[in-house]
Amino acid sequence: MSLKVRISLPENATSNDTIEVKTLVSHPMESGFRLDAMGEAMPRNILRSLLVTYKGEKVFEALFGPGIAANPYVAFYLRATESGDVRFVWEEQNGDVTEIVRYLAVI
Amino acid sequence: MTRVVITRVATDRVAESGLNLKRRSLLIAGVSGWLLQCLPVRLSAEESSLIRSFYGNQIIEPARVSLKTPSLAENGNSVSLEVEAESPMTAVDHVTEIRLFAPQNPDPELAVFRFGPGAGLARVGTRVRFANSQTVTAVATMSNGQLYSGSSKTIITLAACVEPLL
Repeated sequence: MSLKVRISLPENATSNDTIEVKTLVSHPMESGFRLDAMGEAMPRNILRSLLVTYKGEKVFEALFGPGIAANPYVAFYLRATESGDVRFVWEEQNGDVTEIVRYLAVI
Repeated sequence: MTRVVITRVATDRVAESGLNLKRRSLLIAGVSGWLLQCLPVRLSAEESSLIRSFYGNQIIEPARVSLKTPSLAENGNSVSLEVEAESPMTAVDHVTEIRLFAPQNPDPELAVFRFGPGAGLARVGTRVRFANSQTVTAVATMSNGQLYSGSSKTIITLAACVEPLL
């Protein structure tokens, strides 16, 4: 099952601009430390990581612990050099992968 | 700059009023007040031992990393956090990694952020959980291996993780 993801990335940028990229994923980030109504620990279910590559090169990676709030929001930066693909890959705890590619045009 | 100017004006006034206050003592008072504000957040033994377990005896300089969390948060389930490490972000000199530690959480390792020089800016914004009021610390690793840290204290009125789900 792929994740519900929202990405805010400008469609185009001027060369050498450092742009902000914002990502938001719909995910409970169940920490594994909470108890359910029966007093039993709820199993951990978290997002493991987000990897961002730009023109094939890694620019940003986030490894999440259970201390990241539900519906993980991550904002980071990217230096626009030339037009190319920005690839976002999220990996869940069970190994499921969600991949989204956005094109960034550099003027 | 402003502080010095104000002090100067104040001294002039004092001189006019005939009070025996030295310009130097006023200056010292002003500057030391400003220095106090700049002092880094002190870490407890527990907090520093957690960080030591990751970095061993390497020197971690409390500089170049700015960590922003609200000083008071109502709900520990979602606290906004922004971290930035100062760096030119070039191929030879950039931030490779920032680790976030929340020593009062059941799992104190909040997150790890890794950067390539193409990031342009080693700044990340996210939302985290706090099980309790605490001082959270960010440690940045530079491409030359040097370590820098920054801390921020947050008071939580409603904690995360502890309440049962009903």
